[in-house]
Amino acid sequence: MSVATAQAEDLNRKFKMMICDDSNIIRRKIERELKIERIEVVATAANGRIAVETFKKNPVDVVTMDITMPEMDGIECVEKLVDIKPDVLILVVSALSDKATAIEALQKGANGFLCKPFTDRQLTEALEELLRGAQ
Amino acid sequence: MMSDLELATFVEGTTRYFEATANQAATVGSPYLVQNGKPTVHEFTGMISIAGKRRGVVYFTAPRPMLTVLLMRMGETELTEENMADLVGEVANTISGNARRDFGKDFMISVPQVVAGDTDRVTTPDNVRSFVIPINWRSHAAQLVVCLE
Repeated sequence: MSVATAQAEDLNRKFKMMICDDSNIIRRKIERELKIERIEVVATAANGRIAVETFKKNPVDVVTMDITMPEMDGIECVEKLVDIKPDVLILVVSALSDKATAIEALQKGANGFLCKPFTDRQLTEALEELLRGAQ
Repeated sequence: MMSDLELATFVEGTTRYFEATANQAATVGSPYLVQNGKPTVHEFTGMISIAGKRRGVVYFTAPRPMLTVLLMRMGETELTEENMADLVGEVANTISGNARRDFGKDFMISVPQVVAGDTDRVTTPDNVRSFVIPINWRSHAAQLVVCLE
């Protein structure tokens, strides 16, 4: 396979995504506002525990992850997902806007951080940045 | 006791929320103190408990018509009781979480607790001064109540 072919395949690669947030309206907002054709939302989870269970059955390529959630928070969940699939791309989408939380999430294996509240444009840009990092 | 600067953090957080979420800024009035431990409470209230270096409660309370329009502005088509309850919790969570930018990581916030209808369940502690931040958005009025030791 030539380098050009491999690059073209990379650009056409489809990504399966899971949205993890305890808020139904945020899960629906992310799904609705997602304007990237290469990403298909295939699963949602209302907390970290459900996300891990879902991920074991269906190890998706991309995850958006809230932090403050019941049962299992997003930081712990990021660590568990990365253990299962080290190359998973995780965008933390959280209201916790202090630097220490963002750094902790990145240290645990997240690839990006988007602060709530966010616009549809900010969401798209953050996810595109995530995908660029995967190529 | 909260300082003016700390209160400003919540005022800015409220303004930012409406701008980003509804693409339409809210007008935030001058904060005032809660009288008699009974702040104004609307049909839906989202409450966040604060622990760590500061302790207290932050809550966002709003009437149904405001939440209906806010959900519509977000593009939500399911204007249900559940989504309105979800929304007040998310507003309180987002504004409280954003406050960590100034308060730091030790400003620990709980998951939202939502009260729908039962206004007697929403109270503020007697021993701590609680501030009301009035929020006017379109023709609707809501309140953010901040009570921190």
